[in-house]
Amino acid sequence: MPHLAVSGVRAKYGTLEVLKGINLTVEKGGILSLVGPSGSGKSTVLRALMGLTPITGGDVDIAGERMDYSSARAVRQARDRMAIVFQQYNLFQNMTVGQNLTLAPIKIKRRPKAEVEAQARRLLDLVGLGDRYGAFPDQLSGGQQQRVALARALALEPQILLLDEVTSALDPELVNEVLDAIRKLADEGMTMVIVSHEMAFVREVADQVAFMDDGEVIESGSPAQIFDAPKSQRARDFFGKILRH
Amino acid sequence: MDRIIEQLPRFFSGPNMLLLLEAAGLTLGMTVMGCVIGFGLAFVLVFLRQTPGLIWLPLRVVCILYVEIFRRIPFIVVVYLVLFFIQTATPDASLFTIAVIAICLYAVAYTADIIRGGLESVSSTQIEAAQVMNLSRLQTNLQIVLPQAWPVIIPPAIAFAVSFIKDTALVSQVGVFELAFRGKELNNQGFSGLLVFGTIAFCYFLMSFPLSLLGQYLEKRLATPRGQRRSRKIRDS
Repeated sequence: MPHLAVSGVRAKYGTLEVLKGINLTVEKGGILSLVGPSGSGKSTVLRALMGLTPITGGDVDIAGERMDYSSARAVRQARDRMAIVFQQYNLFQNMTVGQNLTLAPIKIKRRPKAEVEAQARRLLDLVGLGDRYGAFPDQLSGGQQQRVALARALALEPQILLLDEVTSALDPELVNEVLDAIRKLADEGMTMVIVSHEMAFVREVADQVAFMDDGEVIESGSPAQIFDAPKSQRARDFFGKILRH
Repeated sequence: MDRIIEQLPRFFSGPNMLLLLEAAGLTLGMTVMGCVIGFGLAFVLVFLRQTPGLIWLPLRVVCILYVEIFRRIPFIVVVYLVLFFIQTATPDASLFTIAVIAICLYAVAYTADIIRGGLESVSSTQIEAAQVMNLSRLQTNLQIVLPQAWPVIIPPAIAFAVSFIKDTALVSQVGVFELAFRGKELNNQGFSGLLVFGTIAFCYFLMSFPLSLLGQYLEKRLATPRGQRRSRKIRDS
């Protein structure tokens, strides 16, 4: 049974259909990467999974359990099982790093404060920011903020982690520190769906790649299959453009 | 001029000063009470206006209509409306109560727009980040949005209250013994209009100025907490 199964998922922005029946599966501990041109719907898949973009059709199952996206209340179930890291980090600017990590575990998951705080410090250590617990987001670099955002997502203890172009907003020299943190998670067996433009990184960590265009999954397979021998013309065109130089 | 100098000792007598002090207290009292209660109610109104779904649509319409209507009526008309409405309902309601209610109704409409503007200044991505953690709408507002909206809300809200201290002079029209009312009274007693209203003007200044300073102080203090500068920078870019 796949850890995450997405079947026939559709979504619209107004009248524009942005997801036209998406099928994806991820095994437990697997890493699926969504690649494709801008506007192909990669990020929308993640937003739809988190209930930020309404799903108009299709099914989402997590560990065999059907998710319900029919109402704001029902969406809580999916949000309880998954966590997302955004391109722009979206740390709460009015809170310290520590508060960013502990807010939801204490207020929403109702876990004991001391335990949550100890876990938050461990997670910050994991992303190499053990000494920044009391700092405010605007005192950190973009790469540091993104690593805090990663730790914040992990503090929710999600079954599945969604990463939405987490390095796209960063200066080139800060990209690697974030990728290193994600590599660690991959080694620990975290199930992840990664939207990324870092093709070399995707090839290294993903065990499955889905190429998307125009709201559809055009083809999917192992990184080697998709990058080295894409079957579809659209994928060949896309990789031809970005991998040539 | 001679007349003013001759009247000085008599005008600045104990009873007169007490009268003006009391009137100033009344002016300040009804402004502060009206604005504070109005500010609180404005939050409720803004919150109701954010309610999602079709069921709450009538409520949203009422909230929007309220703000749009009250912002377009002169304050004095609101005062008369409240006066006649309240006096029909409970004939023995005090004029002070009526004034406070009128100020309150007016303040709700104005500060609701200030509050809404403040809340909307907080980036929607902050709200999304809270939503995906399953924070409720109330929690998101209290924990994330409001703390970041304060610096945008407080300065214009205080500016509104300060300017309203002056506008409360209008309630003298219905006979509340506030500053302007007492001024007219003293003038009628034969004191020079220049002297009386010069003093009254100074009283208004004495009440407004410290409040303006408080507003400036708060504006500076609230602008420093972490993140305000950065989040504004991101929005602007």
